[in-house]
Amino acid sequence: MRKAGDIIGQESRDTYSICVGPVHPALKEPVRLNLRVRGERIEHVDFELSQVHRGIEWMGTRRNPIQILYLSERICGICNICHTFAFCRAVESIAGIEVPPRARYIRTIVAELERIHSHILWAGVAAHELGFDSAMHYAFRAREKVLDVIENLTGNRIMKAIMMIGGVRRDMDKGQARLVMEAADFYSRCSRKLEKIFLGDPVIKSRTRDTGILTRHDCLALCSVGPTARASGVRKDVRQDEPYGAYPDVGVKAMTPDEITGETRGDVYDRIAVRLREIKQSADIIGRCVKDMPEGKIAHEDKANVLLGELRGVQGEGIGRHEAPRGEVFHYVKLVGEEAPYSWKVRAPTYNNLLSWIPMMLGAQIADIPVIAASIDPCMSCTNRAVVTGPGRRQVLGQDMLHDLSVKRTRELRRGLRP
Amino acid sequence: MLNMQIELVKQLFRRTFTNRFPSKRIPKSVSGFLRSVERGERKMNPPVPVPPGFRGRINYDKKKCIGCRLCVKVCPADAVVFLEKEKKIRYHLFRCTFCGQCVDVCPTKALQTTNEFLLADYEKD
Ligand code: SF4
Ligand code: SF4
Repeated sequence: MRKAGDIIGQESRDTYSICVGPVHPALKEPVRLNLRVRGERIEHVDFELSQVHRGIEWMGTRRNPIQILYLSERICGICNICHTFAFCRAVESIAGIEVPPRARYIRTIVAELERIHSHILWAGVAAHELGFDSAMHYAFRAREKVLDVIENLTGNRIMKAIMMIGGVRRDMDKGQARLVMEAADFYSRCSRKLEKIFLGDPVIKSRTRDTGILTRHDCLALCSVGPTARASGVRKDVRQDEPYGAYPDVGVKAMTPDEITGETRGDVYDRIAVRLREIKQSADIIGRCVKDMPEGKIAHEDKANVLLGELRGVQGEGIGRHEAPRGEVFHYVKLVGEEAPYSWKVRAPTYNNLLSWIPMMLGAQIADIPVIAASIDPCMSCTNRAVVTGPGRRQVLGQDMLHDLSVKRTRELRRGLRP
Repeated sequence: MLNMQIELVKQLFRRTFTNRFPSKRIPKSVSGFLRSVERGERKMNPPVPVPPGFRGRINYDKKKCIGCRLCVKVCPADAVVFLEKEKKIRYHLFRCTFCGQCVDVCPTKALQTTNEFLLADYEKD
């Protein structure tokens, strides 16, 4: 297991070790960065995860699928549709449940509203990291509208609780459709304005251009996902590669910076550009969905108890993928004909994206750390799901150990062993 | 920079966006302020109204409940507990996540969502 001391041990006379975190004002969520710097230049980067392990998957194996829906919302506060969406898709694929078209459209609309909300929030945070607080307040004010629309559609501003296995829980009436349409128009305009404010600003440009570069090659090698990958020129988007929900009808194309700025450099600036343009893309998708929304049922089965009974009878494994604002989320579920799933595994996008911090930060300056760290839009609480504790010890699993454990677990599952 | 400056100058002439809830200035103690509002001593700046279908505190009508336990089964947070003797349930507000699943599942509509959301308190009950 690696410790912070290992880096300190390698220190020579003209380098310094700096530990940032786990709790640090520059980082919104707990992660620990161990850096070795020579002067201002970063020479070595390492980080330690799993500072906020909550054991959600374990809790999931003690609950029925409907309870897990609300548990999965709590994996991440911002992506609460993403995880539920992926979980629903996994369970639906096991049970062979067909989602009615109207429900698919509503799901897509809510998921895109969530993306708008997440990207604008991120733009605000990024502006704040750059010391551009007026832009932060501007972004946060712009975000209010989407929260109001979400509250109107689902009954709450953040925790949507609208997903149901086999459909959605709430229908959308005409008035709500109008509100959503208005919001879509507003965010088309807002995205253009934000682009002007962020991309047209010489200070932001000089601060973020050629900072934290992730090359296409590194991006592919490290399996980055979401806007982080797209900003490096990798056309990767679950909505495009494996369309689901209403995306096959809408036709989403992965957004890369060459369509916005004319070139792809894979730096922080490109990541800002991609995210801001994706707000517009989402607004367009929402507009299309509201216009083309078919009539009909909104759920495969209205009665939760009947649905639970149906799910109790199925066995099998399923996966669910969804393009979250930060990249692809992936859920694996195994049902064995019991109330609770036998296994549930979540992979959040930040897990992939964190590794890209290393090439981004190497050679950068200490002051760039918050900007680079924020540029992948990290979400630690989603990612941290592995800490082993026992009497008298607290061990954080390293990358390799975690991998070994995971391989072991996969093998075990494959053999169908029951603990 | 210029784009933002234009925005900022415009903002000078716009209404403040933030709803000043519960009062124009931050009170010394929020709960103390709310109590004095209850006593009718001070006036509260009203919160932004909630839309229809808002998921707030759950209202439980004991008379309507038939003790079918469906709500206990679907509640993700163990916020509804079944009382074996009475064949009724007890709703724990402080555990509730306000998902509204129990409201959907209840066959007799004994559980209903309300618009109440100012629920933070120092006491559990
Ligand atoms: S609203 Fe959700 S968490 Fe609260 S009691 Fe009902 S089912 Fe349980
Ligand atoms: S679902 Fe309704 S009727 Fe059944 S136990 Fe719960 S509150 Fe009572």
